[in-house]
Amino acid sequence: MVDLAQIWVYLARDPLAALTATLLAWMAGLRLAALCRWHPAANPVLFAVALLAAALLLTGIEYRQYFQGAQFVHFLLGPATVALAVPLYRQWQHVRRSALAALLAVIAGGGVAAAVGVAFALMLGAAPEITASLAPRSVTTPVAMGIAEQIGGLPGLTAAVVLASGVTGATLGPMTLNAMRVKDWRARGLAMGTAAHGLGTARAIAVNATAGAFSGMAMGLNALATALLLPLLWRLVFG
Amino acid sequence: MINGLTLLLLCQLCGEVLARALHLPVPGPVIGMALLFAGLLLRDRLRGSPAEAPGAPGLGQTADTLLMHLGLLFVPAGVGVVVYLPQLARDWAPLSLAVVAGTLAGIAFTGRLAQALIRRLG
Repeated sequence: MVDLAQIWVYLARDPLAALTATLLAWMAGLRLAALCRWHPAANPVLFAVALLAAALLLTGIEYRQYFQGAQFVHFLLGPATVALAVPLYRQWQHVRRSALAALLAVIAGGGVAAAVGVAFALMLGAAPEITASLAPRSVTTPVAMGIAEQIGGLPGLTAAVVLASGVTGATLGPMTLNAMRVKDWRARGLAMGTAAHGLGTARAIAVNATAGAFSGMAMGLNALATALLLPLLWRLVFG
Repeated sequence: MINGLTLLLLCQLCGEVLARALHLPVPGPVIGMALLFAGLLLRDRLRGSPAEAPGAPGLGQTADTLLMHLGLLFVPAGVGVVVYLPQLARDWAPLSLAVVAGTLAGIAFTGRLAQALIRRLG
């Protein structure tokens, strides 16, 4: 007799099942996005997260248990961030001429993205820890979680809003840029990387190599600028 | 592939150590990215001419593979929303408005400003 309960206990505890499920969900997400003919609003990350979240809620498996397996994928975010130096290096001759313009645009744009989000949260009466979780929204996950912790937010909630911002930027960003008549690939890349971190960059890389390089650079610059400035500003305004 | 991955991890490791040793508020991987980038430029300067492939053999290929599936790497953290369903249920309006309005305002503003600055400054 096969003991199904025992097999279930093994699957729930071992990282193998969660890791496999994450990759399967990602492939399903890609397939769904391809079915929608890569329409910008059909984001594979969103599909994969929705599938996995539904699976966890249905089976009653705890997130922490799932993450034991999924952390191997999560870990690769570090080396992938370092790897952004490669597209930047390849485009360097192109990028260096616009370096000053890029720096100014990223710092100002990152500030606007954070301020508008915080202003809306305050106006609609969100709890203080929710507002603090929203402030570092536009920078890449590990950076944002660290900043949220410093200013009294909930790092886990920050991870969720960072992802939501990335998906929003990757899906609606290109349309917004079209509506604002931003045609320069360099400017489009900078905007995507500043407001939608790695997900905006992933989208930019898929569309245009120049936009991808500028987006990667904007993501790195905004992570630096936000990590340095946001905790100081937060203390001045709310401290 | 392994060469490239080793170089990436080495840069990240140096970044993490530097961030901790110097109490920098900047995360290790971002410092690692700056280190790798500076290293590649320095190598070109020493050689006198830019090389075809960046860095160690396989670095370009490894970086492309990782970046092609960058979206996948955000999935595990994203599934974390299940933990915050109560907060999301209570504060969904400010949260979603802040996310959508903040992100789109940021994109529109940065795009316009960058386009104007690039035109002016080159």
